[in-house]
Amino acid sequence: MAADGTLVAGAPAAAGSGRANTMQRFARRRSTIAFLMALPLIALIGGLVVYPAGYAMWLSTLNRRMTANIGLGNFEILLESDTFWMVIMQSCIFAVGAVIAKALIGFWLAHMLHHIPAKGQRKWRGMLLIPWVIPPALSTLGWWWMFDPSYSSINWLLNIFAVPAVPWLGEPWWARFSVILVNVWYGSPFFMIMYLAALKSVPDQLYEAAAIDGATGWQGLRYVTLPMMQNIISITVLFSLIVTFANYDIVRVLTNGGPRDLTQVFASYAFQVGILSGNLPRGAAVSLFMFPVLAVFAYFILRGINRRNKEQM
Amino acid sequence: MSASTANTIASYTGKKLGSLRSERRWALWTAYASLIVATIIFLAPPFYMLVTSLKSSSEISNLSGNPWLVRAPTLENYKELIANPLFRGFFVNSVIITLCVVAISMVISVLAAFSLARMKFWGSQALATGVFLTYLVPDTLLFIPLYQIVGSLGLLNSIWGLILIYPTLTVPFCTWIMIGYFASIPKELDEAALIDGAGWMQMLTKIFIPVALPGIIAATIFAFTVSWAAFVYPTAFVTTPEHMPLTIGVVSQLIRGDTFAWGQIMAGALMAALPPVVVYAFLMDYYIAGLTAGATKG
Repeated sequence: MAADGTLVAGAPAAAGSGRANTMQRFARRRSTIAFLMALPLIALIGGLVVYPAGYAMWLSTLNRRMTANIGLGNFEILLESDTFWMVIMQSCIFAVGAVIAKALIGFWLAHMLHHIPAKGQRKWRGMLLIPWVIPPALSTLGWWWMFDPSYSSINWLLNIFAVPAVPWLGEPWWARFSVILVNVWYGSPFFMIMYLAALKSVPDQLYEAAAIDGATGWQGLRYVTLPMMQNIISITVLFSLIVTFANYDIVRVLTNGGPRDLTQVFASYAFQVGILSGNLPRGAAVSLFMFPVLAVFAYFILRGINRRNKEQM
Repeated sequence: MSASTANTIASYTGKKLGSLRSERRWALWTAYASLIVATIIFLAPPFYMLVTSLKSSSEISNLSGNPWLVRAPTLENYKELIANPLFRGFFVNSVIITLCVVAISMVISVLAAFSLARMKFWGSQALATGVFLTYLVPDTLLFIPLYQIVGSLGLLNSIWGLILIYPTLTVPFCTWIMIGYFASIPKELDEAALIDGAGWMQMLTKIFIPVALPGIIAATIFAFTVSWAAFVYPTAFVTTPEHMPLTIGVVSQLIRGDTFAWGQIMAGALMAALPPVVVYAFLMDYYIAGLTAGATKG
């Protein structure tokens, strides 16, 4: 639509038939140029995303030596193994637990940040975003050291309050908790920033109108803030679910899947099976198990973004 | 400072206006208390990393006393690392990879975003949606087929394999936010340029790039941080220490055997984390604009 607009405006109003012809050629040339400009992008997406995705599906139907096609054999073997069911469970616990915690903490902090005088906000925001800025593989090293069984500095602090030492990475449930804790620490600032941007876009008049109608602070939150932010909240949560569900760095550095493969998530298990044990087809199959879940999330994100664009128009 | 003045103002007026004001004051107090607690928790790990990196091995293994304080600060760990050719190699690899990836990503995404936002062609709408969907594909979904592909090109254990693959992480998002920035430029500008006889390339370099410069800076920062912090691909594709970038180098090579040189590991992690933090410190507004652009623009 926009293209036609520019075209008409670019040509003088009194265009003869010969003129229209050159214009047509121009338009044809323009779409050719446009296509050429987008070509590197198309090549990149086609060659390094779409092709590997198709290749992954084919790869997952091969046997270990990649000599014979065994159909859905890899998927069957995976679904029959207890370890893999643990991986599915752990991935879900990890993603859902971490995202809920991140969303709540982020929402709370964004609100608190929004309430203080505008002058100080920048400073606080700058400090609170630091966990998000440090590459997660590196900050997780710091956490690993803080969780160290004999030198744990967190246990030292707990000790002051007479809390017994916690086996952070030794016991399965504590290890699961630690992995989530690190992910929440890393991801909450992102939620905070997204919510803060959304909060700032809610017009003040709405709150004034609500206050005149006698709304309490809680009602203002429930009937003004949340409906106005609904879209951003759902997009951020879904986006974070995808990223968290597919997370690898934290598990790899912190527990490497242990103790006894109980903190293994899809990504780390795929890595172990595919690259470390050298069974590429089965590793590809493990990764592909993420695909349906991610596709559903992606569909809803796209829907949310389209709806948002329509609202803005 | 602003906190205390705001509070005194709040308390003055509170006496006059009663419950509403005191409610506000309480809200302010809660806000500051939450922010202080959150800041302490958020900054504790990097702080502890810094403290550990300044300790000698004997001080680290000494269990008496507060581990959060350093008694005899020393720069020994940093000196040793900087003198270590392996670590310097990681750094050089990271710098080369990141520079190449940022340049490639920006060229591809600015051209594509211009064409998708302004020129349109058959299927361009579908391609724009495809770009966004590609952005949602996590690196852990496709690293095994990519391992095979990189391997068949003979690029395993080479930084060029990483330079080839990293753009899949950066280009989709950069293109997406550049489409948003380009689409917000008023159409009158291109009309004026067309009337003056500018070609499409001139239009891009003389009008769109200068006007959308904040967006370009935000996208560049994004590409930089992503390729600096990438972890899955180097872990999968590179096993020889001399070709490793910093992230996997620090994680896998500074840890040897059962005796961990914790001071050195922490010093290495902090030095590796420094470039993105410095960029963030100086270009915070662009950084945040890039972060929030994904959902608020486009």
